[in-house]
Amino acid sequence: MLIADEVRVAIDCDSDVVAARQKGRELASQCGFPSTDTAVVATVISELARNIVRYAVRGEIILRLVQNDGKKGIEVVANDDGPGIPDVGLAMQDGYSTSGGLGLGLPGTRRLMDDFEITSDFGKGTTVTVRRWRR
Amino acid sequence: MQVPILKQGAYLIATVQSALTDEDLRQLRDTLVLQVSKVRARGVIVDVTALDVIDSFATRTLRDVAYMIRLRGAETVIVGIQPEVAFSMVKLGLTLEGVATSLDLEEGLAYLNRNGKGHDQEVRAHR
Repeated sequence: MLIADEVRVAIDCDSDVVAARQKGRELASQCGFPSTDTAVVATVISELARNIVRYAVRGEIILRLVQNDGKKGIEVVANDDGPGIPDVGLAMQDGYSTSGGLGLGLPGTRRLMDDFEITSDFGKGTTVTVRRWRR
Repeated sequence: MQVPILKQGAYLIATVQSALTDEDLRQLRDTLVLQVSKVRARGVIVDVTALDVIDSFATRTLRDVAYMIRLRGAETVIVGIQPEVAFSMVKLGLTLEGVATSLDLEEGLAYLNRNGKGHDQEVRAHR
């Protein structure tokens, strides 16, 4: 359940990555997350937004405060209509990267967040949805 | 956002003052690698106290800085990684392997002073 207006950040260059993670940090601290969690959320946004710039050129990050069974959380959706991921299974493996990166962005994001969903249509784009619930 | 780099004795001290874009990080890396030979620095400290996020790209770039500067014959210490930043880094799988870190600037300087004479041994100890 959405409990506040969503924040949308268009992503198409380096500085948008920084802007998106700052918005995420603000939202997470409004939601009452402790500083460890706001850092986690900001880091995850940074990884997802950079993937957009690197692989899809442009897309957007959508941030939402959500609620489920009385628990509050923050949802981050990274959405692009780029080339898609040919093999999502491979992309989720630690150390796998097609761009010379460390290959930790997606698998690390899954470790950092409570919920993780990815859909990618080859040739159509990628959507990653992650949530972290307040303890 | 430019990162100011100060020369103090045989050391260069780069103090990050606000969030850095990927391009800022690349520029910091390139500047430090050039500066270290220009001023014949023996050690480099990168103070990241102000960073609230150190993600995979930042980690890789900081690691590259340390490795490149080591190849130039000097030692790098990353100082001031905040506790919540350390938490996220480790969960993400980022370890800055083989790169010296210290709690803060003071400890970083102490580290470089300690390792100044035994420089060769220090390099081997990291391998």
